[in-house]
Amino acid sequence: MSGGFLLQAVVYLGAAVLCVPVAKRMGMGSVLGYLIAGILIGPFVMGFIGTEGEDILHFAEFGVVMMLFLIGLELEPKQFWRMRRSIVGMGASQMVVTTALLFAGGLVMGFEWQAALAGGMALSMSSTAIVLQTVKEKGLMNTSAGQSSFSVLLFQDIAVIPMLAALPLLASGATADNGHGGAHLLENLPGWAHALAVFGAVLVIIAAGKFVIGPLLHIVARTRLRELFSASALLIVMSISYLMELVGLSHALGAFLAGVVLANSEYKHALESDLEPFKGLLLGLFFIAVGASIDFSLIAANPGTIAMLVLIIMPIKALVLFGIGKVFKLDLDQNMLFALGLSQVGEFAFVLLSFIGQLSIFSSEWISQLMAVVAISMTITPLLLLVNDKFIRPNFGVKEEEELPADVIDQKCPVIIAGFAHFGSTVGRLLRANGVEATILDFDSDRVAFLRKMGFKVFYGDATRVDLLESAGASEAKILISGIDSPETNRELVKTVRAHFPHLKVMVRAKNRWDAYELIEMGENHIYRESLDTAIRLGVDVLKQLGIRAHTAQRAGHLFRKHDEEAMQKLAPERHNKQEYILRSRQQIEWQEELIREDSQIDLGENDHAWDTEPMREIAYKR
Amino acid sequence: MGTISVFMPNVLILFAHPRFEQSRAQAALVRNLPKDPRVTFRDLYEIYPDFQIDIPLEQKILSEHDIIIWQHPLYWYSAPPLIKQWIDLVLEFGWAYGPGANALEGKWIFNAFSSGGGRDRYSPGGRNRYTIPEFLRPFEQTSWLCKMRYLPPYALMGTHRFSKSTCDSFGQEYGHMVRLLIEGVLDPEEWAAHEFANDYLERFKVEQQ
Repeated sequence: MSGGFLLQAVVYLGAAVLCVPVAKRMGMGSVLGYLIAGILIGPFVMGFIGTEGEDILHFAEFGVVMMLFLIGLELEPKQFWRMRRSIVGMGASQMVVTTALLFAGGLVMGFEWQAALAGGMALSMSSTAIVLQTVKEKGLMNTSAGQSSFSVLLFQDIAVIPMLAALPLLASGATADNGHGGAHLLENLPGWAHALAVFGAVLVIIAAGKFVIGPLLHIVARTRLRELFSASALLIVMSISYLMELVGLSHALGAFLAGVVLANSEYKHALESDLEPFKGLLLGLFFIAVGASIDFSLIAANPGTIAMLVLIIMPIKALVLFGIGKVFKLDLDQNMLFALGLSQVGEFAFVLLSFIGQLSIFSSEWISQLMAVVAISMTITPLLLLVNDKFIRPNFGVKEEEELPADVIDQKCPVIIAGFAHFGSTVGRLLRANGVEATILDFDSDRVAFLRKMGFKVFYGDATRVDLLESAGASEAKILISGIDSPETNRELVKTVRAHFPHLKVMVRAKNRWDAYELIEMGENHIYRESLDTAIRLGVDVLKQLGIRAHTAQRAGHLFRKHDEEAMQKLAPERHNKQEYILRSRQQIEWQEELIREDSQIDLGENDHAWDTEPMREIAYKR
Repeated sequence: MGTISVFMPNVLILFAHPRFEQSRAQAALVRNLPKDPRVTFRDLYEIYPDFQIDIPLEQKILSEHDIIIWQHPLYWYSAPPLIKQWIDLVLEFGWAYGPGANALEGKWIFNAFSSGGGRDRYSPGGRNRYTIPEFLRPFEQTSWLCKMRYLPPYALMGTHRFSKSTCDSFGQEYGHMVRLLIEGVLDPEEWAAHEFANDYLERFKVEQQ
């Protein structure tokens, strides 16, 4: 059933809108929600969409490209360079060992060596889309599991290129159709020229990032047409992809590279916010398409074979990863996340497998069975992570609660700090220096292990969980400091505390004014904007640098701060008078205007007659 | 003439102690203050830890009270610096003093202070050489310029040697005094005839018993 374009759009979007919130509610993450939506509307359950799912899959793979561009944007070249050891070390060992094991398995099953090798290479790939999306959603990008996953995935992205080049050599018959994905400009060039072209393309991207894209974005930004900026952002990603296609490199890799080059650009954030929704939609579409492409009739025909393949391939991949994690000294928790997270076969396998099919290395029947294996393994991953979260980690990894000597458990901490990164740890250190011990909640197992070694009382896990808060002593504590980086998580925590521990005083970190407005609306009154005090302190120091006396500058800063807090309370309810549909950034600019107008109404010097002898001198002069 | 013109006066205590958590004598005074809606206790170091005094608010509070007490330990022959800051900022020209300014006119004001050294140290023969009223001249003159009635101080002197019970009995006496103030019993003329408020209060002690 394939009605018009509109019907299709309604089916896809409807499925996503229905399934994803349910999945998130159940703690499954959005990826699984999309996958389930895909299965539901796919040809084998409700049949809303037929085989066009695969075309959509190809189209939606572009979401992965955008994701890598965005990841590149967040990764400055220096940082990228620092990761080289883990990218090459972890990535290469994962590829080589996994391919070798799967190759051996293939031989055992009686395949020819060429087929076994090709299959092994294809199946050693993991899913960038699923893993990075999940890791980001859980806020684990900066943990060692997140970084390791990223390294391995990036290496795989790079490895796709030589693989695509090597596969034709494995083709037994001279099925000379060397092209994959159609037009390949360089297919008739000799090897050295090809290498040169690839190198050239990479240089072109770097040079363009440095000398072309920046000025271009500047011109576009000056037109003040927001949609034009979005168009430019898309244009950048698409033209890089096209260039990569021309020289036969992976789109994702090219996009990533461009992202890294632009990471230092002043348009970084604008690009991010413009591409983010496209990326999200396309990735969602991609997951839906994966779900829809699972061929249940094929599975029903050979359930044994496919189940067996999944049950062999995923454990092999997980074990190899686990071993690598051990070598690279990940602790158990991080390693479980890393090994289970990357144990699926990823979207690059679709590309490689269809190429392998074209080369007739495998029979088409095998190809479709392997495709099914890939799709199933991708669907299983979020479930595996869920099982890990709920059952494995709490029982085997870093314990949520530490086995403490009885006297430490009895010791009641009046303060709980949720989130012990830069913000929370500064608060915690200040308290500790003054003899106040706080109970810490954090979800980075590395940090938890380290803090425990330092003698802190730490609970490990998601601070928004009522049972964890309970065991951390929330019923006896007086104050909870909500110092988590993500405003959404902070708000969730505040809500949980309000509902279950109403006696607790909550002191909450706010990212900025808009974030603070939300908290004011929730009825909070101990709100600390991380952007306020530092900015005022800097401003005061500027006044001092300009020759204003230190004490006067200090008072000015204090007055400004007071005024700003008052303005915030005043403007918080007014924001709802604005039309809701104004673009967020546009809205922020309007608020900023309003704020500045508010500033000009109040003369900051008005109240400060302190030590001012002017009026006395006037009177003295008159006499 | 004699008693204050307002029948039920309000008392404002402007309390300044930078290290209150370690105080014994001042703590006893604070502990014994009557819990009464007509007594306002303002712990200035707690309210303005950064010395950024809210001037309009302080002026509003001042105008709502009839009797003001600067309660503080005596440091280097004067009050702790936040009291001076308060005077500098709150008693503004054109509001508290100067042509046409009479926001504070007729209010009573005095110091309630504690000092480590005893009364005998504060005399021409003692090591501090001058008397307490001499050291408190700036407060007296400030009050006069603001058209307020400056009255002799309530004093806890020689606190270094005070026992817990001495502190407590001073505390009770001070609390009693504040109660007498809101009841409108004290007479400023008679009070002013004594060097210290404590001496004037002797009489009420007898009456009480």
